[in-house]
Amino acid sequence: MEIDGLYQEVILDHYRNPKHKNLLTNFSIKVHHVNPSCGDEQDLAIRVTKNSISEIGWDGVGCSISQASTSMLSELVTGATITQAFELIDEFSQMILSKGSNQGDEEVLGDAVALNGVSKFPARVKCALLGWMALKDALTQLRER
Amino acid sequence: MNNFLDVGRIKNDFPIFKKRMRNGSRLVYLDSGATTQKPLSVIEAEGNFYKEINGAVHRGSHLLAEAASEAFENSRELVAEFIGAPSQEVIFTKSATESLNLLAYSIGNTKNVLSNGDEILVTEMEHHANLIPWQELARRTGAHLRWIPVNSQGRLDYEKLNELLNFKTKIVAITAQSNVLGTLPDLNPVIKLAREFGALVFVDGCQAIPHQPTDVLKLGVDAYVFSAHKMLGPTGVGVLWAKSELLNRLEPFLFGGSMIESVTMERSTWAPIPRKFESGVPNMAGVIAFGAAIRYLKSIGMEKIDAHLDELTTYTLGRLSEVSALELFGPKDNSARGGVFSFSLAGIHPHDVGQLLDQHGIAVRTGHHCAWPLMKKFGLTGTTRASLYLYNDKDDIDALVFGLNETKKYFKV
Repeated sequence: MEIDGLYQEVILDHYRNPKHKNLLTNFSIKVHHVNPSCGDEQDLAIRVTKNSISEIGWDGVGCSISQASTSMLSELVTGATITQAFELIDEFSQMILSKGSNQGDEEVLGDAVALNGVSKFPARVKCALLGWMALKDALTQLRER
Repeated sequence: MNNFLDVGRIKNDFPIFKKRMRNGSRLVYLDSGATTQKPLSVIEAEGNFYKEINGAVHRGSHLLAEAASEAFENSRELVAEFIGAPSQEVIFTKSATESLNLLAYSIGNTKNVLSNGDEILVTEMEHHANLIPWQELARRTGAHLRWIPVNSQGRLDYEKLNELLNFKTKIVAITAQSNVLGTLPDLNPVIKLAREFGALVFVDGCQAIPHQPTDVLKLGVDAYVFSAHKMLGPTGVGVLWAKSELLNRLEPFLFGGSMIESVTMERSTWAPIPRKFESGVPNMAGVIAFGAAIRYLKSIGMEKIDAHLDELTTYTLGRLSEVSALELFGPKDNSARGGVFSFSLAGIHPHDVGQLLDQHGIAVRTGHHCAWPLMKKFGLTGTTRASLYLYNDKDDIDALVFGLNETKKYFKV
């Protein structure tokens, strides 16, 4: 089925066993994001030590795509510098918004390249971006402090 | 003998059912609560307006303007007859949302209708369109917003009515059918009590009027709003029906062309209803095509449409109850409910359910259905919603049940 390009096995794995899905008690910043079109909500918190994300934790309700995407994001950015994290968010956003023309670089995005199928389902783009936009918001707020 | 319509024949009137969906499947359209499909006669009426009689209504002295005005006013007559009201009480807007905002803003613009400390009563199952305009009106005027709660069966808690309605209540705004749960609230006790306290009663008929024979005067309310595109008509057309005495008393909402009687540089006076509330060149093609939709509905017969949907609702409730791990929200038996079914499935997020159903050509709505407070009441962020109309039959419901079982298999739950 066409849909197998959307729900790749690695996505369903992350959905069933999401990584870093627990909120930090000790964090540098915490944000709350909502997808108003479906009502999904997500909290995301990071701890930043010496300009790097030393820990990330999140919680929330959402579909398989948003849950898997945030799980993949969490694995990817743990240990990354803030600059690297911004770059990864850009790289991922470009892939997701490419309508299928950008397949993503597995070397850079890791498991998250599995979400490249989402770019052909416009209604799901927001789901895939939910956690990433929350992290971008958190990092931007931190930078402005 | 059953009450089912000849759906095979009806489907032939709707060009979209010839279209193939994903994976080559036929269209199983179960999202009429969001918007209905259109018969060819409506599509052609909209196109024919531009081909044959495009001219600005109520202006100009040429043949086209005359023909357009006549067709436009003919639609008003059709709508008026459809709801049992005088035609000058029918106001065309761009949506039911605008109709409700028109009421709310006009009330806010008029002295002595709603004051600081007065109360507006809504229900907990309102669509955002019949909630937020009243929240905002309350905020602007210092009035208080109160609401009739919904119980776990998705029915209104009528026992609370007596404490909620009082002499401070100036407006009661209530849906005739929940767009999420399908519940048909019993409007009679609400209207009766509101009358005793002298409150105005406004009804959101968006989900009810597409299938329910409606007589607004018999219903005994002050205003009734609905939307063309949820009853085979085009998008961009809403209706506000309200009693003349209310419309005459209210100040206008939108000011500008065609709603005036006379204008000077200092001030202006208003045209008689309905024009007082119809500023600007209206959606002429849409209103005229809406007339074609009403003709279509009348040709089938509203009583027959209602009976068809009632029988299909019974069938749907039966079939859905056979699906394991499906939880239906709202009335579970077919009494005082319409053909709208909101449910959760085996913990699978509604967005994922909708996506999988789409693979089988099944169109449903997912999410909070613009009724966020009701979702929270049930502890949900969203549901999957299937909604029926006259072109649906048992095969569509069987396809839905098949799709739901396939969805569970796909997500291995």
